[in-house]
Amino acid sequence: MATVPLAHYLALASALFAVGFAAVLIRRSAIVVFMGVELMLNAANLTFLSFSRAHGVLEGHVVAFFVIAVAAAEAAIGLAIMIAVFRNRKTINVDEVDALKY
Amino acid sequence: MTPLLGVLVSESLLFYPLALLAVGGALSMLLARNPIYAAMSLVLAFFGLAGLYVLLSAELIAALQIIVYAGAIMVLCMFVIMLLNLGEADLEVPKITLGSAVGGATALIFWCFSWLLFEGLPDALPTALPEGFGQVAAVGKLLYTQFILPFEATSVLLLAAIVGAVVVAKAKI
Repeated sequence: MATVPLAHYLALASALFAVGFAAVLIRRSAIVVFMGVELMLNAANLTFLSFSRAHGVLEGHVVAFFVIAVAAAEAAIGLAIMIAVFRNRKTINVDEVDALKY
Repeated sequence: MTPLLGVLVSESLLFYPLALLAVGGALSMLLARNPIYAAMSLVLAFFGLAGLYVLLSAELIAALQIIVYAGAIMVLCMFVIMLLNLGEADLEVPKITLGSAVGGATALIFWCFSWLLFEGLPDALPTALPEGFGQVAAVGKLLYTQFILPFEATSVLLLAAIVGAVVVAKAKI
C-alpha cells in the first residue's frame, strides 16, 4: 500500500503558493491579483492540514477553519474596494491606480 | 491507507491526479487572459485541493472548502467580474516585461528553496489516527472549548466585513 510522504504534500503547497505569488507579482488585473492571494491562503491551509495529519492533532484544522473565515471577510472587503476604485477610476489595472505616488 | 467508497484505495493513486488538478488549475489561472477563465480555473484548483483535504482526513475542512471557497467566494468574484463588465480593450496584453520576468523568477526561486526545508521530514504519514479525526464532532469540540475566544472574535470580524463591504461599495449611503 503506497502512501505519500509528507514532503510531497509540502512541495505541492509550496508550488501552489509560488503560483499565487507569481499571480500577485505578474498580473495587472486587480481581480486576478486577488485570486492569487486566495491561492496563497489555500496553500497555507494545505500545509496546516498536512502537519496536522502527520502529528495526529486537530489544532491545524482549527487554524484552517479560521483562515477560511478570514478569507471570506477579505473577499467581501477586497471586491468592495475594487468596485469603489472602478467607480472612481474606470479601471482596475493595478499599474494605473497610482494616485498615492504623486 | 484511506478507506474511501467502501474500498481501500491507495493514497498515491489519488494524490498525484489531484495534485495535478490543483497545480494545473492554478497555472491556468495565472496564464488566463480573461478573468472569467481565471476564476473558473481557480474553482478547478479549489476542487482538487478539497480532494486532497479528504485524503488528509480533513472532511470538515474539505466540505468548507467547497461551500465557502469554490461556492461563496468564487461566485462573489464572478459577480464582480460581470458587474465591472470589462471589455476586450481592458484585457491584459500578455507581454514579458522586466517586472514580470523578475516576478516569475522570484516565485520559481522561492519554490526551489522551499525544498531545502523538507530535509529530515518523516517519510510516511502515520496510519493510525484518533477516532473521528477531522470530522465535525472532533473539530467542533475543539472550536467551542479551547478556541472559543478566537471563534467569537471571528463572528465580530465577519460582521465588520459585511458592514464594511456595504459602506465601501455603495455609491451613496
